[in-house]
Amino acid sequence: MPDLLAARSQMAMSLAFHIIFAVVGIGMPALMVVAEYRWLKTRDPVYLDLAKRWAKGTAILFAVGAVSGTVLSFELGLLWPRFMQMAGPIIGMPFALEGFAFFTEAIFLGIYLYGWDRIAPRAHLAAGTLVAVSGALSGVFVVIANAWMNAPTGFDIGPDGTPVHVSPLRAMANPAAFSETLHMVLAAYAATGLVVAGIHAFMLLRLRRGAGAASSASTAASRVSASVPLVPDALAFHRRALAVALLVGAPAAIVQPLSGDVSARFVAHWQPTKLAALEGQFRTERGAPLRIGGWPDEAARETPFALEIPYALSLLAFHDPHAVVRGLDDFPRGDWPPVRVVHVAFQAMVALGTTMALVSLWAAAVWWRGGRRRARRDADARSVDSPTPWEAWPWLLRALVVVAPMGFLAIEAGWTVTEVGRQPWVVFGVVRTSDAVTPVPGLIVPFVTFTLLYCGLGVIVVWLLYRQIVKTTGPRP
Amino acid sequence: MSLLTLPNVVAALVVLSLNAYAVMGGADYGGGVWDLLASGPRKKAQRALIADAIGPIWEANHVWLILVVVLVFTCFPVAFARLAVVLHVPITLMLIGVVLRGSAFTFRTYDSKRDAVQRRWGTTFAIASVVTPVLLGVCLGALASGGVGEADLARGFRSVLLDSWLTPFALAVGLFTLVLFAFLAATYLTLEAATSARRDEEEALHDDFRRRALWSGVAVFAAALLVLLLAGAAAPRLRAGLTEGGWALALHLVTAAAALTALAALWTRRYAVARIAAIAQVSCILWGWAWAQFPYVVPPSLTIAAGAAPPITLALTLIGVAVGFTVLVPSLWYLFRIFKGRETAFQRVGEHQ
Ligand code: HDD
Ligand code: HEM
Ligand code: HEM
Repeated sequence: MPDLLAARSQMAMSLAFHIIFAVVGIGMPALMVVAEYRWLKTRDPVYLDLAKRWAKGTAILFAVGAVSGTVLSFELGLLWPRFMQMAGPIIGMPFALEGFAFFTEAIFLGIYLYGWDRIAPRAHLAAGTLVAVSGALSGVFVVIANAWMNAPTGFDIGPDGTPVHVSPLRAMANPAAFSETLHMVLAAYAATGLVVAGIHAFMLLRLRRGAGAASSASTAASRVSASVPLVPDALAFHRRALAVALLVGAPAAIVQPLSGDVSARFVAHWQPTKLAALEGQFRTERGAPLRIGGWPDEAARETPFALEIPYALSLLAFHDPHAVVRGLDDFPRGDWPPVRVVHVAFQAMVALGTTMALVSLWAAAVWWRGGRRRARRDADARSVDSPTPWEAWPWLLRALVVVAPMGFLAIEAGWTVTEVGRQPWVVFGVVRTSDAVTPVPGLIVPFVTFTLLYCGLGVIVVWLLYRQIVKTTGPRP
Repeated sequence: MSLLTLPNVVAALVVLSLNAYAVMGGADYGGGVWDLLASGPRKKAQRALIADAIGPIWEANHVWLILVVVLVFTCFPVAFARLAVVLHVPITLMLIGVVLRGSAFTFRTYDSKRDAVQRRWGTTFAIASVVTPVLLGVCLGALASGGVGEADLARGFRSVLLDSWLTPFALAVGLFTLVLFAFLAATYLTLEAATSARRDEEEALHDDFRRRALWSGVAVFAAALLVLLLAGAAAPRLRAGLTEGGWALALHLVTAAAALTALAALWTRRYAVARIAAIAQVSCILWGWAWAQFPYVVPPSLTIAAGAAPPITLALTLIGVAVGFTVLVPSLWYLFRIFKGRETAFQRVGEHQ
């Protein structure tokens, strides 16, 4: 394996691993805070239980996020020393600010996790809120740095090829910063919210099935309840969990396609090669069509097997059906990103995002109707633990289960679009990836080592979460 | 020439962050060392005490290392690139240690409480806690001795990648770092409230760590002597910086005073004094090294002034860090008050009575 390829693979693998934990670190504190707020408000102990269980899972994931993030900070230098030497003074600022966001996050997470009995309930909720806010901020800062790699501003290139007139503030205010950070933070809430909603929807479906069996035969019920606890506790637990998770996840998933449109228009304006790769657009065209599906062929310079919607690309990218979209043919072959990977990844993200938004809309509509009906009923008699409106729609619960992993898949796909679509540049239009790589040989060794290490960690984390969350969400002793 | 230039101030900030990492994060590694060396009738209780001490704070303490890295690549980019190339191997090994230490510690907390499972994670955690600080020290030793600065990339990578840090001097600095962190941890642990133990057992535990602190305090002297001896041949400039001039003498005196105070206070069971003295001792050692290396970031030739980023970057970073500290310092104070404050120990005593 050539060293450049090994370095790129190691970077991609490390980031793809880290982003999962980073996203959970942004999303889960929000869920925990909502649950704890509900506990303080209603004094319903199930909410407290929920917050505590979620906190345990978060603790495991946060630790892996922290160590894999540390690896990344060093890897920027270990793999791309020439990039960092050039970029550090320009874009180090958001990394430094991110450092303080990490401090706040780690400090208040420590207080949150270990301080249940040590500080007042309101102070505890405040600590959780700070974790949620600083988690989102750390994501924003690091994505600002990445946005600069897509839209490098805040410096000029001097006669000897090194940056001059450096302005870190202008670099932070780069044209990609807004669209990228917005899209990323929404992605974190959508992905975390919907994955948690999916897990609890699954448990509710299982409980319903158990309940059905129980009413038909009492002997069967005792057998079922041995494996699936049929206590009202478990039901109450998963109902509240589903409600909180949807509250955080669904709104984000619904607006995500709009935010994606903002991102796409940034790309259209600033990174024409990336846009062309996203869309499999080889020829420059006025009134270009939107391609759904398709399998770009770089040698033949065409994208067969695509469903083409006339004028739609020009309309979406430039808000004008007759706008000119530049094709890859306009650019030297050496400046093309790998077209097929980028196009397929983009199609995947959009398909996943559309599905997530539709299912979230469905859930919102059911809640809207159910909420009004419940208000009427509650006026008659206050029920102790009424079912959530979604339980009347088993197919919605099933859809939520299917959608559960989609947010994380969309995130991986989206980053593939952003990062592979930026190739062959590490700093778009300024520094080529091949010029940034370290001269150290044998890079396949650390690549394989870290891959094995992370695979092991991944397996252990999944096992521990299963143990912590799924196996114990039965009745409390 | 004024000492108060922008690059110097930023360089001092880097040393300050490294100092904070050493006295906070360093002790967390030291805790792992004592987990590995736990022994006697209170073996299990010792390990529980260490876990209680580290649990709430290690992730926050760990961020100091990230701050150091970020400050170096933002403000001294040439030095960062050089370090990352020449020290590729030890840094990579250190990162594996960082990953294993942090994740094994957390897995132990949240996995099954069965002894076999707990020991598996505990051993991983403890071994990683020993290896990581040694490698951190090795990197600093290689930098201080000029090994990083002198490595000639044209001479072939395989020799550069290993020879610059596999030296007796760098390894001795690694050992010194390990002993120092273990000493810090043992000293702190004499003050740690044992939430899950009875009062008399807590006193016995504190005595266990008092003995460990005294022994490792003596080991610190031995390791320091070894480093200084090897410096004669390997890092003559560093040694000259450490031994010549009025400032060097003053610093040595303060360090020695702090070290003796720490030992005396441990001996007489004045643990709070011992903790302060140990922190002072470690800080003096670090600043002594920084002073000896001044004005170079990467000795023997790259100076702080020559290696610094443009002034606007340095100024903005300083402002950013200043603003950050106004948030960080009260938060850290709050964290340590909750988990290391006196009142929590009293609360516990009240509960058990
Ligand atoms: C929950 C995850 C998720 C979902 C549902 C979507 N995306 Fe996305 N997308 C991401 C998660 C993501 C991401 C992983 O977070 C990226 C990578 C970099 C970034 O800023 O966000 C991204 C990047 C990204 C980019 C590239 C930006 C760049 O290169 O600078 C575009 C054009 C879009 N997205 C467009 C969309 C559209 C039109 C969607 C409509 C359904 C969509 N995304 C749904
Ligand atoms: C879009 C990409 C990224 C996002 C959204 C993100 C976000 C986060 C978040 C929220 C955390 C908190 C810990 C957790 O909850 O897991 C974290 C940890 C960390 N991240 Fe990332 N990160 C990203 C990429 C990177 C990159 C590229 C780097 C390296 C330069 C990095 C460095 C770190 C470090 C050092 C930590 C550990 C902080 C600690 O100890 O608490 N991250 N990241
Ligand atoms: C966490 C989410 C991210 C993921 C999943 C991700 C994914 C990737 C992938 C797939 C590559 C390889 C591209 C290729 O070589 O074809 C890459 C490269 C790279 N990424 Fe990211 N990335 C993320 C965020 C970031 C951030 C926030 C930064 C910096 C602030 C960053 C900096 C880099 C650098 C320096 C490279 C290597 C140079 C290059 O290949 O262009 N990435 N990343």
